[in-house]
Amino acid sequence: MRTTARDTVLGRIRDALALAPVPAAEIPRAYRTGRTLPDGERLALLTDRLLDYKAEVHPCTADRTAEVIAAVLEERGARSVGVPPGLDEEWLTAYTGRVQRDCADIPPPSLGDLDGVVTASAVTCAETGTIFLDGSPDQGRRALSLVPDLHVCVVDLSSVEPGVPEAVARLVPERPTTLISGPSATSDIELERVEGVHGPRTLAVVIRTDV
Amino acid sequence: MSTFLGMPATPPRAPYGTGNLRGERKFPRAAHDELLNEQLRRNLGRATGTIRAKRIGVTGELPDWEQLRDAGSAIKTDTMNRLPELLEQLEAKVTERGGTVHWARDGVEANAIVTRLVKATGSSDVIKVKSMATQEIGLNEHLEAEGITPYETDLAELIVQLADDKPSHILVPAIHRNRDEIRQIFLDEIPGVDPDLDNVPAHLAAAARTYLRQKFMTARVAVSGANFGIAETGTLSVVESEGNGRMCLTLPDTLITVMGIEKVLPRYQDLEVFLQLLPRSSTGERMNPYTSMWTGVTPGDGPQEFHLVLLDNGRTAALADRIGREALNCIRCSACLNVCPVYERAGGHAYGSTYPGPIGAVLTPQLAGMHAAKDDPNSSLPYASSLCGACFDACPVKIDIPSLLVELRHQHTEQAGTTAEKLAMKAAAGVMKSPRIYTAAQKAASLSRSVGVGGRDRVISRLPAPFDGWSDSRDTPAPPKQSFRAWLASAEGAATLREASAEGAARRAADDHQEEQ
Repeated sequence: MRTTARDTVLGRIRDALALAPVPAAEIPRAYRTGRTLPDGERLALLTDRLLDYKAEVHPCTADRTAEVIAAVLEERGARSVGVPPGLDEEWLTAYTGRVQRDCADIPPPSLGDLDGVVTASAVTCAETGTIFLDGSPDQGRRALSLVPDLHVCVVDLSSVEPGVPEAVARLVPERPTTLISGPSATSDIELERVEGVHGPRTLAVVIRTDV
Repeated sequence: MSTFLGMPATPPRAPYGTGNLRGERKFPRAAHDELLNEQLRRNLGRATGTIRAKRIGVTGELPDWEQLRDAGSAIKTDTMNRLPELLEQLEAKVTERGGTVHWARDGVEANAIVTRLVKATGSSDVIKVKSMATQEIGLNEHLEAEGITPYETDLAELIVQLADDKPSHILVPAIHRNRDEIRQIFLDEIPGVDPDLDNVPAHLAAAARTYLRQKFMTARVAVSGANFGIAETGTLSVVESEGNGRMCLTLPDTLITVMGIEKVLPRYQDLEVFLQLLPRSSTGERMNPYTSMWTGVTPGDGPQEFHLVLLDNGRTAALADRIGREALNCIRCSACLNVCPVYERAGGHAYGSTYPGPIGAVLTPQLAGMHAAKDDPNSSLPYASSLCGACFDACPVKIDIPSLLVELRHQHTEQAGTTAEKLAMKAAAGVMKSPRIYTAAQKAASLSRSVGVGGRDRVISRLPAPFDGWSDSRDTPAPPKQSFRAWLASAEGAATLREASAEGAARRAADDHQEEQ
């Protein structure tokens, strides 16, 4: 019988562990977990981090969501935007440009014709300025928030956690998850940071402080 | 097979002559030439200095940084202890979620699997996310030989690929190139590029964006590596900056991920540790711009066909070494490169391997061996260090690289057996036991000066056999004109000795006089 690569590799690992046994290790998790911070501090921390990444930050109350989104899009001259199928319709009521509700039939390359995309978000980590998208109906498939050059992302302050452990604990592992910390960037040429390579070159974050 | 007999066998290294785990020359020879490249040293000095400062800033601001390192180190040790069950769990979860798992004993087998999978799609090209594992196994070279064109999409990897060059750093592979060189590479190699392209990094990045966008939109197959694979959930993860990773992981129909078996992590929760350790150690950022996590196939979102290739290629050989296996804990952050005084001056190419710097000097010999051929270049890697320990301090998973280097040096010496160098040392011991023979030998050595041994700076960089093992990693001062013993016996020596003795007597007399008072 021919040995499969799987059997061989697993056999080699077992042999290696038998030849060089190492005592089992307790994992010390003494780092900070389960932190909480008041709303104002989370907002200030997140804003500081996002600005550091050269993202735009637009704090507002929920009743001004549509107005702020429209202002951000119009300021950027965005005449057409894509939105995920489950995005709250109210959010685009003040916007006068064309709105394309996304569906699986739209081939990803044609998303490049859109001037921008508006999505919600799942969780955000204040300490690192990281927004987590998880493909929920109000965030859409991954291509939608990737191909257009402008990403307007709505973050509710209640979904903002202080640190990485608190944010990771709120994720659903099986969902396709994208962590976004500012617009795309490269430092590959003489370590000089250039914002905007392949992902959206502009990230505008609308933080709703009373949701 | 070996397990059936109940006698564990030592697993094999990565096959000799395959992949990119061995240079053509020993480190000191290669470094010698690299050191002559002033441009390289300027680029590297500036780059490593910049990243060092950023890393210190963002690791210093976390009050629990040391606790995170402790956790990261322990999670990795635990992972290696439970590797078989974790890999089987990962396989089961990926399969459950619609992915297909393949196992590769070595790079040759992994290359063949990827090639077969690409051919099955009918595509003649693939887009690639920067990946150390596929660099290690020489996947690009193999695909090209099979008529498949790989397009690197990370900006630095693109620069390296267009210039037909080799990466010189784990994180920033084109660190050895400056903006003028990159501009020229783009002008020469990118079809349809604006002939007026200048050397401003933002413009160069924009040129790469335009060139690659069309590839992203049309490619049907992508190949990636993985930073983490979660056994508990089957989730794979790629950490990046530019968005080329997201493009490759999202837009094509088929995704093939090549992952070293040591990259598995037990729990999804473990990401809370490594998503803090990796970016802060690597780019010196609080978080890298983009991280993608996917679990098998998601209907209506991303590639509908997903293959995971689990790669051994010498990793089990490293695991069979109680001390050396610690090198498998590496998360490829490259912090050790940026703090290493040897790397900073010699650069990545001198190491001859996909993995340069301190971690490369321990990982490469573990994966590919040090004695696969006569004068194996890898046998020089454990000596490419001053053992200053900066790498250990910088390592986010606390790999004791200096101890690993010393262990490898020991293994090299043991393995070398009765070499010419050993015989020479034995001969030297015999000579030193006899004052008469020793004196004669010293005379002979000083005579060698007159026949032109040693350069103008009185340094011999290469000794003749059998002493060349010694001079491989050090310069040897040319012997003095006269030995100390010969000088002492001369009239000049006797006079100096008398002078010193008189001076000492005078000083003693003065001291005695003072005490009496």
